Amino acid sequence: MSLKLKDITKLVGHDVHLKDINLEFESSSRYVVLGRTLAGKTSLLRIMAGLDRPSSGSIFAEGQDVTGVSVRKRSIAMVYQQFINYPSQTIYENIASPLKIHGLHKDEINKRVMEAASMLHIEHLLDRLPVELSGGQQQRTAIARALVKNVNLLLLDEPLVNLDYKLREELRDELQKIFIQRDSVVVYTTTEPTEALMLGGSVIVMDEGRVLQVGPTAEVYQNPSTTRVAEVFSDPPINFMDGEITDSQVRMKSGLNFSITTAMNNLEPGHYTFGIRSNRLSMTCGSDDHACIVGEVGLSEINGSETFIHFKHGNELLVVQDDGVHMHRVGNTVSVYVHPRNFYVFNSAGNLLISPEND
Amino acid sequence: MNKWDNNKAWFFILPVLVIVSFSAIIPLMTVVNYSVQDIFGPGQRLFVGVEWFKEVLLDGRLHEALWRQLAFSGLVLLIEMPLGIGIALMMPKKGWAASASLVILALPLLIPWNVIGTIWIIFTRPDIGLFGALVNSAGIAFDHTANAVDAWITLMLMEVWHWTPLVVLLAYAGLRAIPEAYYQAAKIDGASSWAIFRFIQLPKMRGVLTIALLLRFMDSFLIYAEPFVLTGGGPGNATTFLSIYLVKIAVGQFDLGPAAAFSLIYFLIILLFCWLFYQALQAVGTGEKS
Repeated sequence: MSLKLKDITKLVGHDVHLKDINLEFESSSRYVVLGRTLAGKTSLLRIMAGLDRPSSGSIFAEGQDVTGVSVRKRSIAMVYQQFINYPSQTIYENIASPLKIHGLHKDEINKRVMEAASMLHIEHLLDRLPVELSGGQQQRTAIARALVKNVNLLLLDEPLVNLDYKLREELRDELQKIFIQRDSVVVYTTTEPTEALMLGGSVIVMDEGRVLQVGPTAEVYQNPSTTRVAEVFSDPPINFMDGEITDSQVRMKSGLNFSITTAMNNLEPGHYTFGIRSNRLSMTCGSDDHACIVGEVGLSEINGSETFIHFKHGNELLVVQDDGVHMHRVGNTVSVYVHPRNFYVFNSAGNLLISPEND
Repeated sequence: MNKWDNNKAWFFILPVLVIVSFSAIIPLMTVVNYSVQDIFGPGQRLFVGVEWFKEVLLDGRLHEALWRQLAFSGLVLLIEMPLGIGIALMMPKKGWAASASLVILALPLLIPWNVIGTIWIIFTRPDIGLFGALVNSAGIAFDHTANAVDAWITLMLMEVWHWTPLVVLLAYAGLRAIPEAYYQAAKIDGASSWAIFRFIQLPKMRGVLTIALLLRFMDSFLIYAEPFVLTGGGPGNATTFLSIYLVKIAVGQFDLGPAAAFSLIYFLIILLFCWLFYQALQAVGTGEKS
């Protein structure tokens, strides 16, 4: 099924929840809606599901206007942040419930429940009650309930956010495999750039109720159209520095200077915003072409096998990602190296002009 | 280290121990003491063993009062629980209307028991009471002082009016605690309103409804002030519930021994029923078939 949103706007009182949304969804594809809290991700899903009506605009399924059609008549399933299951029914009954309501034959129900349960590895829990399961197992049940219906549109609203790190990785991995086999449109919301990258497919970057950029996930990550997209799609945050391009030099406000790259040759001299992802900064100097940024350590956080060092360079607060676990004392001086070709260049309006060259 | 050596810990539980001793243990043990003695006057007493327990357990009037009491509590629960849940389901979910209805509902709970009795005596009087006079003028003879059924109806009206709001408040709190996502999920599944009630709202309210049921049972089983104010247990013995009968023995006839034995049995009955209710409700919906 293809789904099309045309000029969707959602107002609640004077608050704009969604503004001028135009999107198209192809069948058998995965879409990740990436945005921070309050970006309008959930509002978008609710409107796609038919739980809310847009203030203006229309929704088309297979070319037919379904804007006012009740959620009961649509072929959709939704998974939530919270683990939503019928509390007094067993896992089997929970998974079977949407099928029972549609009056399927008992054998067919049994076959499909078993199929969904085995896909999510909960076959051994079928006669338990939701309260007797762990959070991860409860969410597996909710996902099985969503899959069992074979719907046209499968919506997942930050389904893994309430699970612990290990379970989240495990389930995300399985989900990705399950989604690829589906014929339905799968829409998955998340606040985490890493999650969006792992799930692949296409990404819809949202902010303050608007869609900022749509495209294949890796492509959007590499070429964020604006500084805002780059911010939303970076974890740890992307570093921005203001600077000026002269005939042959880049002069940052912070005092950093380096000679321009070939790509920057085509730019008019003037003021620009330079962006650099923390993993493109390095603690070691690779070659003579590298510029050296000297700063004072403000905070050093160890994240698994990486260390994020927040440091102050002039008036700019920057982050560098250093592989391995390293201790850095607050107040120490660090030298961080960067190759000029790894900078994003945005114009003063925040639009992307140059992306880093691929390695 | 011997745990008894740490004497400081005892200071922490001392206040509770003192308060509970005076409020519960000492009075209870006094009752136990009375229940095995025949008391003629100050300093004149005789140990009689389980004599009073035998007497009380074989007392036909006590049996009648017990059945009456069970019927009353049963009726109260049968009316108040569904009614309370029903009202809670119909109440507005938010806004000023929600606050207003909560305040209005809570009003009866603030009125003292004996005042409630007085209000309803006047309200149902056949000559000047709004309700009583209206019913009588409609051709239905209604007099709670003369007719046992009328006395029960009046008591039941009183009780339902006074205490259903408690059930409503508890059920309402339980309903508001259900995340919106449950309703959405049910809607997406295509579940009917009945299915939503049966499979989401009712199981989610189980905790608060257990509390409501226990509170309403205990309280209605101990009912005293309302029948006392209304008819003093009459007409005849029609509204002589356990507590009224107990007071008649203890205060009216000053038979302290039998009254004490009666009190203990009364206490054990309530304890037994509460335990049964609690066990039953715990098992419901957890899949355990006990």
